[in-house]
Amino acid sequence: MSEADIILKAEDICKSFGAVEVLKGISLEAREGDVISILGSSGSGKSTFLRCLNFLETPTSGTVTVHGEEIQVRDGKPLSARHIETVRSRLGMVFQEFNLWSHRTALENVMEGPVQVKGTPKPKARAAAQALLERVGLQDRMDMYPSQLSGGQQQRVAIARALAMEPDAILFDEPTSALDPELVGEVLKVMQSLAAEGRTMIVVTHEMAFARDVSSNVVFLHEGRIAERGTPEQMFTNPQTEVFQRFIANVK
Amino acid sequence: MNPFYIMVEYWPRLLDGTLMTLKLTFLGALIAALFSPGLALIRANTGPVAQAPLRLYISFMRGTPILGQLFLIYYGSGQFRPFLQEWGLWSFFRDPFNCALLAFALNSTAYQTEILRGGIMGVARGEIEAAKAIGMTRPQILRRVTFPHAYRIAWPALGNEIILLMKASALASVVTVFDIMGRTRQIFSRTFDFSIYLWAALIYLCITAIFVLLWRQGETRLSRHIGPRSTGRSILSPPEGPKP
Repeated sequence: MSEADIILKAEDICKSFGAVEVLKGISLEAREGDVISILGSSGSGKSTFLRCLNFLETPTSGTVTVHGEEIQVRDGKPLSARHIETVRSRLGMVFQEFNLWSHRTALENVMEGPVQVKGTPKPKARAAAQALLERVGLQDRMDMYPSQLSGGQQQRVAIARALAMEPDAILFDEPTSALDPELVGEVLKVMQSLAAEGRTMIVVTHEMAFARDVSSNVVFLHEGRIAERGTPEQMFTNPQTEVFQRFIANVK
Repeated sequence: MNPFYIMVEYWPRLLDGTLMTLKLTFLGALIAALFSPGLALIRANTGPVAQAPLRLYISFMRGTPILGQLFLIYYGSGQFRPFLQEWGLWSFFRDPFNCALLAFALNSTAYQTEILRGGIMGVARGEIEAAKAIGMTRPQILRRVTFPHAYRIAWPALGNEIILLMKASALASVVTVFDIMGRTRQIFSRTFDFSIYLWAALIYLCITAIFVLLWRQGETRLSRHIGPRSTGRSILSPPEGPKP
């Protein structure tokens, strides 16, 4: 594999909150079409790591490279701060709490990024947004405000919003954790279809079935380090470390 | 005396005073509205040292009577007349209307800044993060997410502040501005007809009532997205079905 296939590369990411060291040097590479599931018990740093990739949290040190755009961080200061917005616009993000803009309709939420950040003309952005909302099964909810949508519908709008930027990769931060159990399926189905069409995805999740059946790689974080990584077949049939064995046993 | 007679006789003066009150109030509120967003951002986002001068200004404006502030500007500027003349500012301070406008604008800026700061701090963090994550710049986030929410949250309190300012503007009559109160006092000193004060009260009441109605319309518009959670039809949403 050549360097060119690497869409996202994180090297030696460290993050401390005060005296608490949350991430102790994590490296990760995502190639085109990879679906990487990040697992870990609560407090293992998996969400923090994901948020470091698009600088919603600034790492204490480390390097993030997205499609050739490299941002190094030393002592909590990014060395090329003006690239941060470029990097962010190339990485979609789907949040646990959806975080839709509540004062905009579903359609406006999806149009916002392309119009504001990429400067796409409105008619073109609207057509694209309509197509995306249809894709996630919300053609009849386009003009509704987030408060009028169920959690599952809101999360699907959020996925459409991320897709509208035509990102190189999409980050999912526990996308189903805030949903009622009966709504989890509709969101996972959309994510599965994205994986099937070859989207690059990094997913922090508690959905073991998703990690096992959909992802191409699994990373298990424990106390701020990668304790185990591999393909889902290897990891779920033959877990190497004791911590991961215990983790799957507890989840089941 | 017939209370209607005095109105027939003096309504042009009262109308003139009403326009003056409206001018003073809304110009003052508008000037304050131009400055308050920037100051509110400083209040919401900077450390205690950086905002110390601002806090001092706000404490002073909120902690002293507005009549005192008006006197300070109107009579105080007289003390510094040579200095102000040198700077070419005397023609501004010589006019009592300008002094009153400045006092009200300074006072309202302090209140509006604090009100808007509360609004800014009430904006959901997640929505700001979503804007960051999609690659928006800081000015874009402020314009597209922070302020639309902050103004919705602050809206009722801002309306309240403008009503209070409108009533406080009657103080301008003390420094010879002929607003509603100024005209009323003038008419009373000629006629000794007490009913003119009742007419003045009625005018203030009408202005407030109309303002409250208009402000409520604005509130409805700003809050139209906060509907009852529903998966079906709602009075707030257009009929279901794909748009043509």
